[in-house]
Amino acid sequence: MTEQVASGLRAWTIQRLSAVYILVFTLYAGAGFASRGASGFEPWVTWLRDPFNNIAVGLFILALLFHAWVGARDIILDYVKAPGLRLVKLAVLALVLIAMGLWAFKVLLTVVIR
Amino acid sequence: MDKNKNRPKYLNLLKISMPITAVVSIGHRIAGLLMVIAIPFVIYAFQLSISSAAEYASVKAALNHPLAQGILVLLVWSFLHHLFSGMRILLIDIDVGVSRSAARISAWLVYGLALLLTILLLGVMR
Repeated sequence: MTEQVASGLRAWTIQRLSAVYILVFTLYAGAGFASRGASGFEPWVTWLRDPFNNIAVGLFILALLFHAWVGARDIILDYVKAPGLRLVKLAVLALVLIAMGLWAFKVLLTVVIR
Repeated sequence: MDKNKNRPKYLNLLKISMPITAVVSIGHRIAGLLMVIAIPFVIYAFQLSISSAAEYASVKAALNHPLAQGILVLLVWSFLHHLFSGMRILLIDIDVGVSRSAARISAWLVYGLALLLTILLLGVMR
């Protein structure tokens, strides 16, 4: 298997695995919010502070970032053909997504630690 | 062979009648892109929502603005369409619904369910 084929297969696998996690998390979180009548600041923060929930949210952030990376990467590869421009756009995408991930984790941590 | 290269291309996407499977596929990509664009706004709302009860209320109030409601409708549809279309792709990956007729039916289901549930969900949230 050549390097390029392996890389495509890896992206394909990441896309599927993260998709399944996002689906399961959505069902779990959706069912949780639908079954509890109370809404508002306190129930929201309490839900996030639950150890199982905040790890699940952390994994969700990670899964979403990988998923967004593969999807947006595919769009760039489809429409941006010039090698230099393609590299620049991919680099910007990667940096923005990593920054978003760090930001989201920081927010999650402030809830957990407080 | 030379003749083939000079053949005119006619790929005006607005004039080609696309099969439902293609519409759902393009919808999947557009929905995904819209959600990627929404990421920083969602994290910002997340940040405000956990900082204090007052900030939480301000996010809720901001989401009631007509412009925010419009964007919310678009994002709810994006999420549902992407989710259902993604499930359809995962099923096709494991050889479920590969035949042309089954693929068309599932594409119509994805398209219809996403629109229907968007309307229902927004009715519930009000």
